[in-house]
Amino acid sequence: MTAVAEAPSKIGEVPSFTVTLRVLRHLPADDGELAERWDEFQVQAHGTDRVLDALHQVKWEQDGSLTFRRSCAHGVCGSDAMRINGRNRLACKTLLKDLDPSKPITVEPIKGLPVIKDLVVDMEPFFASYREIMPFLITTGNEPTRERLQSAEQRERFDDTTKCILCAACTSSCPVFWTDGQYFGPAAIVNAHRFIFDSRDEGGAQRLEILNDKEGVWRCRTTFNCTEACPRGIQVTKAIQEVKRAMITRAF
Amino acid sequence: MQTHQYDVVIVGAGGAGMRAALESSTRVRTAVISKLYPTRSHTGAAQGGMCAALANVEEDNWEWHTFDTVKGGDYLVDQDAAEVMAKEAIDAVLDLEKMGLPFNRTPEGKIDQRRFGGHTRNHGEAAVRRSCYAADRTGHMILQTLYQQCVKNEVEFYNEFYVLDLLVDHDLAAGHVPEGEEVNVSGVVAYELATGEIHVFQAKSVVIATGGAGKIFKTTSNAHTLTGDGMALAYRRGIPLEDMEFFQFHPTGLAGLGILLSEAARGEGGILRNADGERFMERYAPTIKDLAPRDIVARSMANEVREGRGAGPNKDYVLLDLTHLEPAHIDAKLPDITEFARTYLGIEPYTEPVPVYPTAHYAMGGIPTNIEGEVLRNSNDVIRGLYAAGEVACVSVHGSNRLGTNSLLDINVFGKRAGISAAHYAVGASFVDLPESPAVDVVAELEQIRVRPDGERVADLRKALQETMDANAQVFRTRESLQQALADIKALHKRFRAVSVQDKSKTFNTDLLEAVELGFLLDIAETVVVGALNRDESRGGHFREDFPKRDDENYMRHTMAYRRPLPAKGGRQWQSGADGDHDGAFAYTEVFDDYQLVLGSKPVTVTRYQPMERKY
Ligand SMILES: Cc1cc2nc3c(=O)[nH]c(=O)nc-3n(C[C@H](O)[C@H](O)[C@H](O)COP(=O)(O)OP(=O)(O)OC[C@H]3O[C@@H](n4cnc5c(N)ncnc54)[C@H](O)[C@@H]3O)c2cc1C
Ligand code: SF4
Ligand code: FES
Repeated sequence: MTAVAEAPSKIGEVPSFTVTLRVLRHLPADDGELAERWDEFQVQAHGTDRVLDALHQVKWEQDGSLTFRRSCAHGVCGSDAMRINGRNRLACKTLLKDLDPSKPITVEPIKGLPVIKDLVVDMEPFFASYREIMPFLITTGNEPTRERLQSAEQRERFDDTTKCILCAACTSSCPVFWTDGQYFGPAAIVNAHRFIFDSRDEGGAQRLEILNDKEGVWRCRTTFNCTEACPRGIQVTKAIQEVKRAMITRAF
Repeated sequence: MQTHQYDVVIVGAGGAGMRAALESSTRVRTAVISKLYPTRSHTGAAQGGMCAALANVEEDNWEWHTFDTVKGGDYLVDQDAAEVMAKEAIDAVLDLEKMGLPFNRTPEGKIDQRRFGGHTRNHGEAAVRRSCYAADRTGHMILQTLYQQCVKNEVEFYNEFYVLDLLVDHDLAAGHVPEGEEVNVSGVVAYELATGEIHVFQAKSVVIATGGAGKIFKTTSNAHTLTGDGMALAYRRGIPLEDMEFFQFHPTGLAGLGILLSEAARGEGGILRNADGERFMERYAPTIKDLAPRDIVARSMANEVREGRGAGPNKDYVLLDLTHLEPAHIDAKLPDITEFARTYLGIEPYTEPVPVYPTAHYAMGGIPTNIEGEVLRNSNDVIRGLYAAGEVACVSVHGSNRLGTNSLLDINVFGKRAGISAAHYAVGASFVDLPESPAVDVVAELEQIRVRPDGERVADLRKALQETMDANAQVFRTRESLQQALADIKALHKRFRAVSVQDKSKTFNTDLLEAVELGFLLDIAETVVVGALNRDESRGGHFREDFPKRDDENYMRHTMAYRRPLPAKGGRQWQSGADGDHDGAFAYTEVFDDYQLVLGSKPVTVTRYQPMERKY
């Protein structure tokens, strides 16, 4: 399959091109088993179209049974992490034209979480790890009447990890997580980092205790897959390193 | 089928639903049902901020905020509700901070505040810094923070469950329940996406918090999942929808895509220009220019394009210019939206202006409630145990045009109020009996669509709906354009009866649910268009070119849209005394195939501020 850029017929018309999607399907059979197969679809795409638009085109015009999650369509809700050409990304943030449309684009569900159907995986194990690190502000003493004060520098200290949208692109790109589903995974550590380094929080020691577990931060092999995968540009590996360091120095 | 019992069931896990859950779950047994994982809700897409007269950076007070809200809403705001919201705003922001929300800070370490359209000092003197924010991801932080607190409080969620029916002990849609008669909610019916199983939830209180309905339009900042479900469920059960004709078109959507670029871009100094590079807002709103309220800016932009001054090869958009701002300033205050321009349009906002055009953004109307969050079934009577909050509701604090940052505030203030009210009510109430077969209607509808061997595609109908709404019921409306939209909607209703889906399975059948959502969209669109046809005036977000002036004498009232049975033989068949028929001010009835849409009205609550001309 090659991409054919049609000559724009009218001035200003966005050129369109054809792309092939190769999608790894998982179709539930009557016995509850999932039948796996690769399907190919051709779609007509325009300059600003994203992988999500191509998937929609298939679902809406060719095969309504193709199943995936999506909501916001602009990279803020975290619904549509998938493996696109072998890399974890959000379908709604990946432009077709950036993917070499001359070759088929492969789309698979993210790895390491049980598949429910097609590109939809069971996110529960992912959220369970998240809940375990106590992802909420922990304080002691009386509530102040006004806001707690925090300097701009203190606020900046954990800014990067507040951006997480819980899409699981990082965790499901981690080779340690693939082989050991018990590992907390990068996303949980990112969210622990968000509180450990928040000057208002007093639960850091507890969280570090939790992450000191054998399935905790020490399993990280610093492969940087997570950082590359993160659609929010969070320095995931750096955050994990900072948590490791805090564990040793108890300075946070 | 499974049956569950809770004191309070909350439908929706966006900002409003989770804020309600935090109150309700500490008081009584509570479940939250959501078609999305809570953190996927569209509250997370909100960017610019949440306003409160904290006066952290300059003098401000809640009375000024109330006035701005009333004026911004072109006086269709219920002023008692606006006052409650402006007063409680301060605690709403402080509550969030105490829950851990990472607001941007002032040099003294307090919550920082910035300017936003329509928010002024001393009744319009000058722009005031009232919006509390976390860069341009305030909604994300609110959604995350509320979810974190729900995790902490071990709130029970039913995620990826679609609520498809609301159970009430009287058939309001029949139109003969007299005023004053006691009507109670008894629960909801839900569909579990993963398995296709039906769940009936019996509850003493139900809180509807399902968000907006932007997907009736093609160009919108709203998520694919914002299909007006809660509004449509209420409407089908005979509960009126209030002020549906008022839809906000946000000026700065990325051209062609509708993805939002927050008003914060203009709050931080961005300027709108036409193809000639002219700062055209100087002509339309000489005092506050680019920071005029959204309805005014959106119309001005559309007008520039209409008069041939649009930019781009097709002259169909205008430009948002940030190039005079320091890149470091952009990175600190507007990181996400500038990234949207780079990712989706390949535009570098440091050096190039960004193509923008108005995008359907916010439903001012919705399910009518009072300030306790109780749902009204006419101008006076509440349905016992039924509450609504957030974008799905109409309190009405936004009137005919919402001010930026007032919705994140609304969901927090009225989400909290609804949660408390629902729990209090449940403490003193007993369960109301469920109907004999509570799920028959839902199951029948789903099965009909699912097993129909072939028929029309959902996507084709949805596209046709969205296109007619964009063409005929958007920023500019006329009687003719609205009549065209109405004719199209009626035709689509007929075609909808023949839709079929290709996915016949019970597992995660989103094909089927998209069909159901299309049904909701059609219902919502009809209330928007009929409301707009009846309102022969221009006010806030509703602009009729054939009636360009506001007409307080005839239209200073809320629209109430009721679905009622067809009359036996012509005419408007509902005895006076039955709900809906109040003052006959809006004697307008539109007949559809199986029902009629009857418009009633509800008085606007005016306390301090008499309507004035709205000038900026
Ligand atoms: C791009 C964008 C930017 C914005 N920026 C701002 C801003 O800066 N300031 C501001 O004040 N406002 C802003 N707004 C408006 C504001 O964000 C929304 O009005 C508000 O967040 C709505 O919150 P909600 O809780 O009512 O609904 P949502 O957050 O949309 O939540 C709806 C919930 O209902 C659930 N649901 C829906 N249907 C069903 C069903 N059938 N069954 C079960 N569950 C269902 C969904 O799963 C979801 O959990 C913005 C809006 C957009 C689109
Ligand atoms: S850290 Fe990044 S990749 Fe991981 S869940 Fe959060 S947003 Fe997604
Ligand atoms: S659809 Fe929301 S992140 Fe892609």
